[in-house]
Amino acid sequence: MKTFDFAQPTTVDEALAAWEPGSAWLGGGTNLVDLMKIGAMAPDKLIDIKRLTGLDQIETLADGSTRIGAMVSNADLANNPDILRRFPMMAEALLSGASGQLRNAATVSGNLMQRTRCAYFQDANAACNKRSPAQGCDAIGGVDDTAAILGWSNQCIATNPSDFCVSLAALEAVIEVQGSSGKRDIAFADFHLLPEDTPERETALQAGELIVALRLPTEAGDFAGNSRYLKVRNRTSFAFATSSAAAAMQIKDGTITKARLALGAVAAKPWRLAKAEALLIGQAPDPALFAQAAEAALAGASSSNDNDWKIELARRTATRALALAAAGTPARMPALPASPFVDQGDSLNA
Amino acid sequence: MPDTLTSPARFGSNAGQPLTRRDGIAKVTGVANFAADNSPANLLHAFYVPASIARGRVTHLDVAAAEAHTGVTHVITPQNRPPLQGDPSEKVTMFSFRIEVLQDDTVRYAGQPIAMVLAETLEAATEGARLLNPQYEVEPARTALDQNEPISVPPQGFGTPAGAEHGDVAAGHAAAVQSIDVTYKTPAQYHNAMETHAVVAEWDGDKVTLDMPSQALNMSCAGYAYFFGIPAENVTLRSPYLGGGFGSKAFPTGPQVLAILAARLAGRPVKLMLTRQQMFGPVGHRGATSQRLQLGVDVDAALTVLDHEGLAETSTFDDFIEPAANASQGLYAAGALKSVHRAVRLDVGTPGPMRAPGEASGSAALECAMDEMAELAGLDPLEFRLRNYADTEPGTGRPYSSKALRECYEQGAARFGWADRPLEPRQMLDKNGMLTGWGMGTALFPCPMFAADARATLRADGTALVETSAVDMGQGAWTALAQIAADSLGLPMEKLEFHAGHSALPDGGVAGGSGHTATAGGALHAAGSDVIRQLGEVASNDPASPLHGAGNAGFVARNGRVYVEGDESRSDEIAAIMARAGSLDVVGNGSASRPPEVAAKHAMNSHGAVFAEVKIDPDLYQIRVTRMVGAFAVGRIINPRLTESQLMGGMIWGTSFALHEEAKHDPRTGRIMNANLAGYHVPVNADVTGLEVITVHEDDPYVNALGIKGVGEIGGVGSVGAIANAIWHATGTRVRRFPIRIEDLIRG
Repeated sequence: MKTFDFAQPTTVDEALAAWEPGSAWLGGGTNLVDLMKIGAMAPDKLIDIKRLTGLDQIETLADGSTRIGAMVSNADLANNPDILRRFPMMAEALLSGASGQLRNAATVSGNLMQRTRCAYFQDANAACNKRSPAQGCDAIGGVDDTAAILGWSNQCIATNPSDFCVSLAALEAVIEVQGSSGKRDIAFADFHLLPEDTPERETALQAGELIVALRLPTEAGDFAGNSRYLKVRNRTSFAFATSSAAAAMQIKDGTITKARLALGAVAAKPWRLAKAEALLIGQAPDPALFAQAAEAALAGASSSNDNDWKIELARRTATRALALAAAGTPARMPALPASPFVDQGDSLNA
Repeated sequence: MPDTLTSPARFGSNAGQPLTRRDGIAKVTGVANFAADNSPANLLHAFYVPASIARGRVTHLDVAAAEAHTGVTHVITPQNRPPLQGDPSEKVTMFSFRIEVLQDDTVRYAGQPIAMVLAETLEAATEGARLLNPQYEVEPARTALDQNEPISVPPQGFGTPAGAEHGDVAAGHAAAVQSIDVTYKTPAQYHNAMETHAVVAEWDGDKVTLDMPSQALNMSCAGYAYFFGIPAENVTLRSPYLGGGFGSKAFPTGPQVLAILAARLAGRPVKLMLTRQQMFGPVGHRGATSQRLQLGVDVDAALTVLDHEGLAETSTFDDFIEPAANASQGLYAAGALKSVHRAVRLDVGTPGPMRAPGEASGSAALECAMDEMAELAGLDPLEFRLRNYADTEPGTGRPYSSKALRECYEQGAARFGWADRPLEPRQMLDKNGMLTGWGMGTALFPCPMFAADARATLRADGTALVETSAVDMGQGAWTALAQIAADSLGLPMEKLEFHAGHSALPDGGVAGGSGHTATAGGALHAAGSDVIRQLGEVASNDPASPLHGAGNAGFVARNGRVYVEGDESRSDEIAAIMARAGSLDVVGNGSASRPPEVAAKHAMNSHGAVFAEVKIDPDLYQIRVTRMVGAFAVGRIINPRLTESQLMGGMIWGTSFALHEEAKHDPRTGRIMNANLAGYHVPVNADVTGLEVITVHEDDPYVNALGIKGVGEIGGVGSVGAIANAIWHATGTRVRRFPIRIEDLIRG
């Protein structure tokens, strides 16, 4: 592989000072190192941020929101008892991804920054506008079955592979970033970008900015009783989603008072569905209602490849996730693997 | 002349025991050194550039840039590649293929080596290879079966199946009152043993030592020696541990020959280990097939015809045509039988033998077709198979050496609960509302023997050394082989020292074709028996021995004693015989193979019946295999633990074939776009639940002296069809391609 510089700062300030064009932040390395080995990424400098102090805490802030340090491992977050109780959908999403070993190494901010699993992005010999702007997109007309059905452009049809981010989109997380000019917050919905004509730009981070934490607003805790992350895939475990959905509701006296719905594996970003959510609010939970919401959710979908079937699958995934959420979060969370074949046991709401 | 080869061998207390692997602790503690774990002093690392196009020509390599990179010592291209003494197109051993060793600038498939870089570190070699930045003249790639004309390749041996025809096929078609004509497609699959191909090569004059995973040590020595113009004995091949082979490690490969050549050029040891991506190209694969099956039945649902036409991919420069259609020979009693193989030349690496070559793909299609025929005839699939049960080999009429398939059907069906299966599809829901389906398939796998030699040395101290180059692919062969050896000498396992995995030892043959235990085990048994025969002769001539005068009655050994064969009353202690004879080592030699006249007399096969349950989400169409029962009749079981493990492994490969494995070529470049284990899926633990193996007792006096048939591959046969048939039974949808995925069921 290409020779690169390696820096190991111990504070955020040192890390920011170490950054120069061509650098890449190294968290758990579970994605970046693989991409470097196969030549899909070739940074000039790696800045190891695992040693930065103060980024590995999970805390409840005075306003009731939850702050998760950028270097908290996926495993530590998913198995934190308070997180499990308050945000079971997020834990379910985390635990449906990768494997135990990878979750130990992977970090929450690294998860936000992971690259698409599009085979043409990963293949340094293929044309990819994301890797090399204006090179073209070989995925169009190709055989990659991760291709998008929403929000794609004729420059790029790649999807965001994250499970965790789908739950964060549904829970309206906020991302705290820090750069040489100071700190700022980015709303989750604004963090990942659609490809349009600039597929090489994947996030709202400015050059040299570093994610230092995520915050879940107090309201995100309102869905603990009725929220699920459903991941659909051909292999039971250790596979990216073919389609997925994060569905969350607050149900009072038989009426849905709050609703959240986001889809995964369908677009370059976790696909939040405000229109579908609006259809649910004020209604009684009902299979026909869920089907109607899912129909609305996929109204703008179109195949980017030979993947018409995925539109139908995403619709069904959304319908099922809503039904599962309405049925109540299982008492024993997370249900592993996140699979309809596992007996889900008693519901919290039962 | 007696009807049997020999009376079944008498065994002592070792065979039949479920011993754990002798090398298990070494492997789980990391003490076991695999080939690429060796790093001799002064080592250079090799990395080769795989072609990124499938067809065309390399027009430029930036050799200067690669050479300028720090640490790079050599850049080998077609322009400067040192000569080989052997012709890379020559098929030098029984199983070998034309190899790609930088003969010219032509690209024949994606992944073909087009240059090799040597460097002081692996990182420098890898970066040097990248810096070569190859430029190509590209021709359109053909990687799908419909992208070239089917051809017939005359049978010339390995890789060019002959097919077969028995009975009047036209009459069979005409006589059918019901018939089906269906086509099943199977994809290209890649072996992907856990350990990738590797070699550490070190020359000393005109002798070379190779640390290399190999399924056939001595045959490989001969193969590599040929390319370097040296006698086979000048090649020392060490393969003490193997991280799987699946058929891909039995023959010389281009990358490995290049690395050995590079070591000679550099005058330093060279290590090459293929990356996972590089496993998709020059080291063989299972070729894609399209199989047309025409079946017809009479009013009693007896098959009037079984007509199986296979179309399989091969490369543009060599022949390995998946012998899939031959899976329809030897199993069902059809009035007429026909198996035809045709090929399509594509811009792919040459396919090769992989996990039940022919049987796996062929059985997948055949067992699904049988299910479709049963459906049309309105019969339970098991009942339909029983109506077409063959008591002698169909077509030839040869007797089977043994065939407990009926018992496999009975025991497997009983354990599975098959009798409760509704005839119609889409009838069963589980308590979570999942569509549930049950399917079955029959398994047949031949039990070939190759040739192997072994040596046994009984020492004066009552211990023994047994030696053969036989390899352990990870399945526990050395444990089972040691059990056989210990019994042949009448010794407990702890008295046995077992040396294997080194080419200087007697030729242990090929670990392939499911014939390794029978062949290498047969040689070990013969070597031990030779020792005991000599010992018996010594005792027979010794007036002090209870065996005095036993003459040539024959001897067997058990529990440290030598007995007159068939006369339990006459025996002597091994230690006593040895002591009286002056405490010299007794050395015995043994060989095993099956004479052609023996092979011709009987049809020799392992058999099995696999029953599978799948559950499928009625909306999301995720498919999960929730239960499988496989009942197998595989001759004598040497080690029940390892046998069960092998058969289970085969059934898991069946799940893999049915639901997961598929190499996907980009239709434009011909490159495989999922050439890694993140994209090329095999089952994970969570995919494997409720797996059960039954072994049905079988005494086979004809296959070999030990009655061993082989268990390496049959587990995967029958399983694929069983799962596919269960999917139909759950959903009512017939998917006639593999793997079967969510999208296939959504599309209906």
